[in-house]
Amino acid sequence: MNENLSVLGVFALLSILAVGGGAAVLPETKALVVESHHWLTDDGFRDIYGLGQVVPGPNMLMVIVIGYHVTGYVGALLAFLGFFVPAGVISWGASRVWDHFEGSPWRRSLQQGMAPLVVGLMAAGTISIARTAIDGTLTILIAVAVFAGVYFVKKVNPAILVLGGGLVGLALLSGTGAGLP
Amino acid sequence: MNTPAQPGPGAAPDTEAAPYAVPRDVRLWDIFLTFLGIGAVSFGGGVVAYLRAGLVIRKRWLDEEHFLSALEISQALPGLNATNMSIIVGDRLRGVWGSIIAFLGITLPGGTMVLILGVAYAANASNPYVNAALVGVGAAAVGMLSAVTLQIGRKQLGSLVDIVIILVTVGMVSFLHISLVWVLLTVGPVAVFLYRPRRQAADAPGGSSE
Repeated sequence: MNENLSVLGVFALLSILAVGGGAAVLPETKALVVESHHWLTDDGFRDIYGLGQVVPGPNMLMVIVIGYHVTGYVGALLAFLGFFVPAGVISWGASRVWDHFEGSPWRRSLQQGMAPLVVGLMAAGTISIARTAIDGTLTILIAVAVFAGVYFVKKVNPAILVLGGGLVGLALLSGTGAGLP
Repeated sequence: MNTPAQPGPGAAPDTEAAPYAVPRDVRLWDIFLTFLGIGAVSFGGGVVAYLRAGLVIRKRWLDEEHFLSALEISQALPGLNATNMSIIVGDRLRGVWGSIIAFLGITLPGGTMVLILGVAYAANASNPYVNAALVGVGAAAVGMLSAVTLQIGRKQLGSLVDIVIILVTVGMVSFLHISLVWVLLTVGPVAVFLYRPRRQAADAPGGSSE
């Protein structure tokens, strides 16, 4: 019961803080889920983030799995609603009044000022996943290969590269006990 | 701009001069299926590109300008671009119900799949094969996130002010572990202030922002 409320509260807070999208709120998600509430281990968080990468739609749908880990299907539903509804309602309301600010020069200031902040938050999100996901030569090679594929070869669907990373891991790491505690 | 009532029944040039009108008679079912389709195929992040292909090009429910304006709102506000845009576009098409239906459509396929994977993962969290595959996926995710960050951030790297804002943000979040609330409340206003409206918007010289 209390855990359910915590799930709803944590993800509702993250929803409101998710300025700049999913990657930008990743460090805070990890801090709350792993460090404050101990719902998951570092590796568990990385794994679940990985699950979000291989399904279609926004990859932050992985919050559903985090909720499921805490209190089962109820937690899954609460995490989903908590993470998407508050921000959705804000956007819905804002889009209805947005045009009133059509001519305001502050709209441009807001965009220009927030753009680098969001990039910084995304970089921090990358760092927070890298801290657990990058461990040893093979993971570095996979990350570099996928980076190059996404950044330089624009025609490739990133999902295929992510799945490819999974297959490489499966083929080369399954004998080594990587990722086990 | 509205075309003023013309003298006489000259309705001919209307189609060309009239501004783009949001279609009013889109059925909820159609909205649901369209967003469900986008939600089911948009693998690999970057859902916005799939939305544009589906809504602007295929369905012609929005023109480019309305699409970009919805994107602008989504980016400036909390939440994911994909879901926020679905809500905004759904609202423009059919009001509140349109936005709820569009939101459910875009999230249902991926949400169901990730839950199935999550339940399977919970049962096999210590399986060495599952772990090995997810180590690979995690590493790949780092590669993808850094590529996307660089793609979006490339523009900013030409401006000293932007570089400072990026570095301060990364430092506060990744190294000082300051809560995102405080980062947004401190860096946000400073960054917007640095870009405050001026008579001729020249980029502020690279002053450090503490």
